[in-house]
Amino acid sequence: MRSIMKTSFAALAAASIAATAAIADGHQLSGDLKITSDMSNPAPRAVMEGLVADFGALHPDLNIELTIVDREAWKTQIRNALSANPPDVVNWYAANRMKPYVDAGLFADISDLWAEEEFAALASTKGAMTLNDAQWGVPYTYYQWGVYYRKDIFEELGLEEPTTWDEEKANCQAILDSGRKCYTIGSKFLWTAGGWFDYINSRTNGYDFHIALASGEIEWTDDRVRQTFANWRELIDMGAFIDDHQTYSWQEALPFMVNGEAASYLMGNFSVAAFREGGLTDDQLDFYQFPVINPDVDFAEDAPTDTFHLTSGAANPEAGKEFLRFVTSADVQTKINSGDALGQLPVNANSSIDDDKFLAEGFEMLSTNAGGGIMQFFDRDFSAEMASVGMEGLQEFMVFPDNLDDILARLEDTRQRIYQ
Amino acid sequence: MTTASTNTQPAERGWYKRNEIAITPWLFLLPAILFFAVYVIMPIAQSFWISFHAWDGLGEKTWVGTANYERLFGIGDQNMDRKFQISFWNNIKWLFLYLLAIPMGLFIALFLNQTVRGIRLYKSLFFFPFVISQVVVGLVFSWFYLPNDGAFDQIVGLFGIDISGGVLGNPNTATYGIIAAGLWPQTAYCMILYLTGLNAVDPEQVEAARLDGAKGWKMLWYVIVPQLKPATFIAFVVTIVGALRSFDFIAVMTNGGPFGSTRVLSFYMFEESLSEFGFRMGYGAAIAVVLFFIMLGFIVYFLWSMYQDEKGAH
Repeated sequence: MRSIMKTSFAALAAASIAATAAIADGHQLSGDLKITSDMSNPAPRAVMEGLVADFGALHPDLNIELTIVDREAWKTQIRNALSANPPDVVNWYAANRMKPYVDAGLFADISDLWAEEEFAALASTKGAMTLNDAQWGVPYTYYQWGVYYRKDIFEELGLEEPTTWDEEKANCQAILDSGRKCYTIGSKFLWTAGGWFDYINSRTNGYDFHIALASGEIEWTDDRVRQTFANWRELIDMGAFIDDHQTYSWQEALPFMVNGEAASYLMGNFSVAAFREGGLTDDQLDFYQFPVINPDVDFAEDAPTDTFHLTSGAANPEAGKEFLRFVTSADVQTKINSGDALGQLPVNANSSIDDDKFLAEGFEMLSTNAGGGIMQFFDRDFSAEMASVGMEGLQEFMVFPDNLDDILARLEDTRQRIYQ
Repeated sequence: MTTASTNTQPAERGWYKRNEIAITPWLFLLPAILFFAVYVIMPIAQSFWISFHAWDGLGEKTWVGTANYERLFGIGDQNMDRKFQISFWNNIKWLFLYLLAIPMGLFIALFLNQTVRGIRLYKSLFFFPFVISQVVVGLVFSWFYLPNDGAFDQIVGLFGIDISGGVLGNPNTATYGIIAAGLWPQTAYCMILYLTGLNAVDPEQVEAARLDGAKGWKMLWYVIVPQLKPATFIAFVVTIVGALRSFDFIAVMTNGGPFGSTRVLSFYMFEESLSEFGFRMGYGAAIAVVLFFIMLGFIVYFLWSMYQDEKGAH
């Protein structure tokens, strides 16, 4: 951690020198640069506006037009935005989520950027940005997933952070015996169930199997997939999850943990802000990595990456590329991911991590203890249609585990049709 | 042009003047026809066209013939699309149960059709749910239905009934829960239609019926309701259309869930083609075409009965 800090200060200094040098080089950009961003929540919005202001200060002749679209709305609007008179740079997500736009030729191939020396520092996400042997965007932030739990409840019951599946279940039994639920979850919008599947499947069968399943190479009715569901079912049969979770959104499921009715939550790091807002202090809240199920497979972790892309219809690709270089540089990533900005992890290996226990622990976990690989999340690794049918099946399984055969047959049907 | 304007013999009038009676109506209709063609007829034709393709909405379309329809109806060696089946039957449930708004609206209208101090206030309170946004109504009802904390769950809990998962979390009750929420504003709508209708009821006929000894149900059924026929017809039309368009309630209250049990055809179409994970424009268009034919049945019936009325009036 300390060494990261040190190198990043050096990088910061180097980058600021480089930036002034770039201007001196006559690397002058002019014209318009149109950016459409989905960073619409208050903190990300300030980050995005700050980014544009800083970039504009570096390139005074460049006229930057920033449009910020509601994050949820952007998921459907991006299609229209890209097909007619597109902006130069847009926000989107890594992995399979960019495939429709790559296939339609709407994102520009920026493999040449990735070939530049500075991009070596982003190597950890190169795979997630690669489709058809080319790179189509750059990452600006990511965040870890894991089990957030009530430390005070664990201490009260004398429990330790579990590292194996048996410990996890033993802990859960103790929590249930104390009249609480082990896990809160709100599956109304389906994706939260995808997180559970990602973890149990990758811990049971490994990263490679999980990705092969995501790319449609393995049948849903395969015995190994059934093993995943059998492991999951152990928790469901214990009554580990809160009741009626299919009626709650992920935010509506938060109070169960804040009020102490449930002890933990499998979630992304963005939930920490919500926990703190709900009144949990850092003494009450802690984090552990999802435990080992099958000791023969290495840890794989969900760490979704958010990205910037150059559009193929960009009117000013030069400026667009320069902006992508700017957002991936070490000091900029340090700044935008700090605790008072996005509060997430920078992708650039030379950036420094903000002094926050969850970010530090998450970074430690992802860099030293995720040897299996980094998953982007169920709805980004699986193709769009498979993801939507799949997550619906996962939700049904969590409520009616007896329907498993029917659910798997349905998913298999879908798989065969999509990947025929 | 010049010849026409210089030749001003009374016997030879201009071409427009000669055909004025035939052409003028078309001139007045032209703007409407133009807009109707561009915004209604063309999109319908395009939907038909797209439904014969596989298209992600971004790249090139590929012609697949009737494959989308075969998948919907399970023609050949595949099963009928289960989501489509569920959506279709939910649409039928909506159609029938939504019609309850008509008698409910009628009775509220009869109840409010009296001269009491402050009746305007009562009327506007009853009309209130129709004025507020459907999204708001949906949200309020989804809180009302919340498991454990919701008012509904506590009320039925007094009678010892416990719906597992809450009304909207249980696949057996969710659709009915949403329809009940939809009935609230729809009843208000029908009520207002009947209130205006009741103003037009002929007091002399009511007087005559009273002299003949009619009262209560007989008065209502044989004297009042027949006179409300135009209002009933409009209430029927808007309710049927409202039931088939039921989209906002579903999107707000359950988002099609739990496990897709509350989808209707319009929601399914949206989900397949336009939602976050929807890139199947062709399949969505095929669903839209099926929905179009269901609606067409009603539209033809409405047009036909209006035509019959017109004929009777002449």
